Amino acid sequence: MMAIIGAFTSLVGALFFLLSGIGLIRMPDAFNRMQAGTKATTLGSILFLIGIGLQEPDYLGRTIILVVFIVLTNPVSSNALARAAHGYRKHIGAKMVPDALAEANEKTADAAAKDGSGKEAAHVD
Amino acid sequence: MRTLKAKMLASLALWVAWMLLTAPWSNQEAIAGAVVALLVAFLPLFPASPLGDLRLTPKAIAYGFAYVFVFIKALVLSNFDVAFRVLHPKLPIDPGIVRVTTKLKTPLGRLLLANSITLTPGTITVEMRGEDIYVHWIKVAATDPESATAAIVGNFEKYLEVICG
Repeated sequence: MMAIIGAFTSLVGALFFLLSGIGLIRMPDAFNRMQAGTKATTLGSILFLIGIGLQEPDYLGRTIILVVFIVLTNPVSSNALARAAHGYRKHIGAKMVPDALAEANEKTADAAAKDGSGKEAAHVD
Repeated sequence: MRTLKAKMLASLALWVAWMLLTAPWSNQEAIAGAVVALLVAFLPLFPASPLGDLRLTPKAIAYGFAYVFVFIKALVLSNFDVAFRVLHPKLPIDPGIVRVTTKLKTPLGRLLLANSITLTPGTITVEMRGEDIYVHWIKVAATDPESATAAIVGNFEKYLEVICG
């Protein structure tokens, strides 16, 4: 019985992996691909690992540790990728309608230009 | 006191990880693991200090368990939302970066909030500056910071405020 429940859970997890794969192909730019790709894998891998743990109860503790590590490290790497992609947003053709971060960057660049105007031209790229 | 609490929590976490790894348990392994976990957590450079932000009152622990369920609910709902957007023939996305603000003060609280935002699909934390968090949102529903904060952060912040201020 547990084996059937575990196999079914794994199957649902694999479906989420399939959806994230389709998302990777269909989404237009790096940020949206990240939304579909790196995120659908969180629920997908959680369900898949729990499913394996239910099929083989000896492994349940180890799969729970894997789930915890994925939950702790996945957002950190996504955050690093998103920051890097935002730096290159003009080169990868990403369209974002309100871009609050770019506005904030321009604001600080302007403030730096005003502060430095008396001494020397501030470096703005 | 705060460091002692952080070290004890870190050694507890190490011991739980050890116990989960050695799945068929025996007493010898449990005791040896506890001793080694304590020794490792009390090493001078072991980075345990952020754990000192956790509160250990009964209310905070109850909110911690409730937070796990709130988080799982948000994770499942938003996974289905993104799955729907991926499979929809017209690809109904409207991406943008919005600014949200947080009331949380401690580094651990902000880390947990940013990671929770990233783990729920549809939103990615791009940058944190002080109390401003810049979030990439796959379907921008509100551009002004107040309503965006209520939509993205409000659900998690209520619990995290009690757990680790």
